Amino acid sequence: MTLELFERSQRIRRRIVDACAGPTGGHLGGSLSCTDILTVLYFAVLRVEPDRPDDPDRDIFLLSKGHAAIALYATLEERGFVPAGELSRYGRPGSRMTGHPVRAVPGVEMPTGSLGHGLALGLGFALSARLAGRSSRVFVVVGDGELQEGSCWEALQCAAAHRADNLVSIVDRNGLQQAGLTEEVSPLEPLADRLRAFGWAVREVDGHDHAALAEALSTVPWKAGHPSALIARTVKGMGVPMLAGRVASHYVTLNERNHSRALRQLGGAP
Amino acid sequence: MEEVREATRTVYRDHLIALMRRDPRVICVDSDTGLFSGVDFGSTMDRYVNLGIAEHTMMGVAAGMAASGWRPYVNTFATFATTRALEALQINIAYNALPVRIMATHSGVSAGHLGPTHHALNDLAVTRTLPAMTVVVPADGPSTIALLDAVVDLPGPVYVRLGRGPTPHIPGAAAPVLGELQALRTEYDVVLVACGPRPVLAALDAADALARYGIGAGVLHAHTVKPFDRAGLLAVTERARLVVTVEEHWLAGGLGAVVTETLCDSVPRPVLRIGLPDAFVSIVGDHDEILTAYGLTAESVANRVRRTLAGPHAASADQQQRGGPNG
Repeated sequence: MTLELFERSQRIRRRIVDACAGPTGGHLGGSLSCTDILTVLYFAVLRVEPDRPDDPDRDIFLLSKGHAAIALYATLEERGFVPAGELSRYGRPGSRMTGHPVRAVPGVEMPTGSLGHGLALGLGFALSARLAGRSSRVFVVVGDGELQEGSCWEALQCAAAHRADNLVSIVDRNGLQQAGLTEEVSPLEPLADRLRAFGWAVREVDGHDHAALAEALSTVPWKAGHPSALIARTVKGMGVPMLAGRVASHYVTLNERNHSRALRQLGGAP
Repeated sequence: MEEVREATRTVYRDHLIALMRRDPRVICVDSDTGLFSGVDFGSTMDRYVNLGIAEHTMMGVAAGMAASGWRPYVNTFATFATTRALEALQINIAYNALPVRIMATHSGVSAGHLGPTHHALNDLAVTRTLPAMTVVVPADGPSTIALLDAVVDLPGPVYVRLGRGPTPHIPGAAAPVLGELQALRTEYDVVLVACGPRPVLAALDAADALARYGIGAGVLHAHTVKPFDRAGLLAVTERARLVVTVEEHWLAGGLGAVVTETLCDSVPRPVLRIGLPDAFVSIVGDHDEILTAYGLTAESVANRVRRTLAGPHAASADQQQRGGPNG
């Protein structure tokens, strides 16, 4: 499983890099930081099938940090929701793919992008499933910087109050936001303690370790009656060393030379 | 005859209980409004969800529920629904055109002495700009039930503007038809267009007062603000000397704006817009006391119509006087 996941994640990363070499550029760093989370979700965790996108028993995935849309599109392409090659038209007239996810793209459950909405939406899906007696689970990827939005904490509190243990939040803890370090702009630590204090079961994991991610996400709920928060420690720009861990990786338009270099670093044809 | 008085919000509440029994998709989603305290949901108790004081979260939760096949009725005050929770209403509900019913109580100045933080005087302006949104304003208990039943199966979101305290039934009104202006008086020398309990009653009484001066004033009950009944308006305004709008809302963006825009897009007519001036309410009082102070009474409406008909100079002087309470 691990080798297959690794190869898939590398293909997804190459698609992301390609999209960010297009005329619009893209949110490269935050897409690469959550690539392994998305890979594990779509290939080892989520009960979703591209040919049954409306199956009422499916699991629900929401990308609350919608600016990583390219990562979601690339993953949906790898998973077969989206025709191969569509991402090459990303952001261009005639394409369905905008810079933040839209429902026109098969597999996208909800449009996101304005930060701080995914957890409330996820709670709505989670409570719906419970009320209908379905076993669907809801997975929401939130950015760490996104947690500076107050609406996240309103939804976190509400989810715990309603004992929504079919709701899972994965925090892409890359430590950076558009203009700097999260801990310098508006600190989130001690994040695990804060989430626990809000009534969530919390675990921490290396967000690029496929086996560890799969183990954690496959065993939810970790505590009956409590929603689960997985703090995934990641590196912004992971996989492209020239940008990894850099604030400047947030939004990038790769020129031809850097595009080739990034692809080489990802083990692909330049 | 004894006057029947009901609050549109309690009529809605009681009707919702019946709807929940009738339609297993209906969920009542509350933000701790207290509207449902002591209500017996009986076998539908599992479909009452109190999310706590969290209006923004409530809109998102309702969107997730509607996308899952449920029919959520979300409950909050009009101002919280349309200003505090607006982004969630806009991008989670309206953008996805999901069948959420936004049940907005305490609209206009019906919260009275609770003050401007609890008044909602731009909720129509906000909701009618949202694509996919249907916007309805019942004028009394019976029209609340008729409109709730009319929107029950609409595939998109609906904003329902409700009051707080009891208001009288509109005398002689048949059940409103969604999307159609309802003619309550049919002489159209002057056309009064009104929405909401107090404005509709004021328009009716003003029409009676104007009749005593030989002015034939028609009254249109504009219970559906969006989509607006363009044809129904134009059918009666072509020969009217004056079109008057009466609403419990700031003049910017509300019913007066809808009517003015509609007329400007076809056959422009002179319009006198009557509503709350461009200011936060600066007096303390109950619902009726505030409306009286700001001229939303039959007498004031009739006087302003007569002044306006007297000539452009009088109309301009009329507008200048309306800067504040008792103006």
